[in-house]
Amino acid sequence: MLPLILDSLSFAAGDTAIIRDFSARIEAGPRSIILGPNGAGKSVLMRLCHGLLLPTSGRIIWHGTRNGERRRQAMVFQRPVMLRRSALGNVVYGLKLAGVSSRECVLRAMDVLEVVGLASHAGRPARVLSGGEQQRLALARAWALGPDVLFLDEPTANLDPSATQDIERIINAIHAAGTKIIMSTHNLGQARRLGDEILFLSKGRLMEHTPVDRFFREPASSEAAAFIKGEMPWD
Amino acid sequence: MNSLLEAFSSAWHLIAGFDAELAQIVGLSLQVSLTAVVIATLIGLPLGAVIAVERFAGRQALIVLLNALMGLPPVVVGLLVYLLLSRAGPLGSLGILFTPQAMIIAQAVLITPIIAALSRQTIEDAWREYEEQLQSLGAKRLSAAMTLIWDTRFSLLTIVLAGFGRAAAEVGAVMIVGGNIDGVTRVMTTAIALETSKGDLPLALGLGIVLISLVILLNTLAAVTREIAMRRYG
Repeated sequence: MLPLILDSLSFAAGDTAIIRDFSARIEAGPRSIILGPNGAGKSVLMRLCHGLLLPTSGRIIWHGTRNGERRRQAMVFQRPVMLRRSALGNVVYGLKLAGVSSRECVLRAMDVLEVVGLASHAGRPARVLSGGEQQRLALARAWALGPDVLFLDEPTANLDPSATQDIERIINAIHAAGTKIIMSTHNLGQARRLGDEILFLSKGRLMEHTPVDRFFREPASSEAAAFIKGEMPWD
Repeated sequence: MNSLLEAFSSAWHLIAGFDAELAQIVGLSLQVSLTAVVIATLIGLPLGAVIAVERFAGRQALIVLLNALMGLPPVVVGLLVYLLLSRAGPLGSLGILFTPQAMIIAQAVLITPIIAALSRQTIEDAWREYEEQLQSLGAKRLSAAMTLIWDTRFSLLTIVLAGFGRAAAEVGAVMIVGGNIDGVTRVMTTAIALETSKGDLPLALGLGIVLISLVILLNTLAAVTREIAMRRYG
């Protein structure tokens, strides 16, 4: 279903323009990082791509599909929403909605729980897991669906360094298994560690779309240069 | 003061001795109110859930109406059901006026709006939290509504019990459509009203004590269930 083509995309909430005339072509393969300061419109852009929001104007075109076929994409949110059931139950829930048979559901769910290191927690209520465990579970729930594209909206923004490391390892495993990663972050270190290409956003506009090393070596826009400089001391 | 103490002591004897008349009245009360609450829940919960997740014209007006109907005066409900079921009424041919069925209908009418309105609020709050995640997983509105009912089940239990409390405690509706017929349609509240006016305070008090104990017991159970569940499931 890739490439994903965003054609003069705009989104406004009331009178406030959040995404402005955004055009980009996102190819299969490289891990794409949507980078930018808070309020740049990263989350809204991901929600538009995922189909949770409708653009005010412009088009979102998934190659060879109609209306995005949400079944083949999944999304992990900044704050995972866990259903009041077991960890296993949460993964099975997503699979059932995707039309997978009950027997197959449990097998597949246990497989992904194993990969994210939660197999021993399968029977525990999801909502009593720690923040890091909940986010790993959210990744498992998304990955179990076998999506072509996985959107991640600042998945580690609320996590400590050790939990962040776990999440980044899992994201890389998902990437290695052939799923396209599109992730937003405002953390430069994470963008470097995980990214292959950067889409840099400022005030709802796409300022740059470049490979990650070039972005950090020679940012083309003054906004990106300032962002890199400003963030570095805390990196 | 003495007569009050005496009344209490006789009331206690009635309860402790499982007085047949008292037991019969309590039994019918439970039967009527529990059946009414089951019917009201089967209608009110799904209704509340659908209003919570669907967007349609007139939704806001419907919510205001439902909230207003929570305060329906029982006597008015009794009167309306009476008119429906009376011989000349549209459902007169059923011939169920002055039977427990009529009382069940009246109480169900009374508490369905309560259960629908309160569960709409609870489920809508949960929907705000879950909406994006459930949409992302591809849940259609209806299956999302079912998921939300299941996920808020412990809060909904409290709502259902509030409905039961209201049904068991009201007197106006069952008095009008039941007629307070001894041994047939006499329930706790109508009996209390009658016995008090007759001056038989022990029976009235005994029933009052049972009624209050019952409501406290149920709400304790609900609170405990909720507490345990919250600790267990988060």
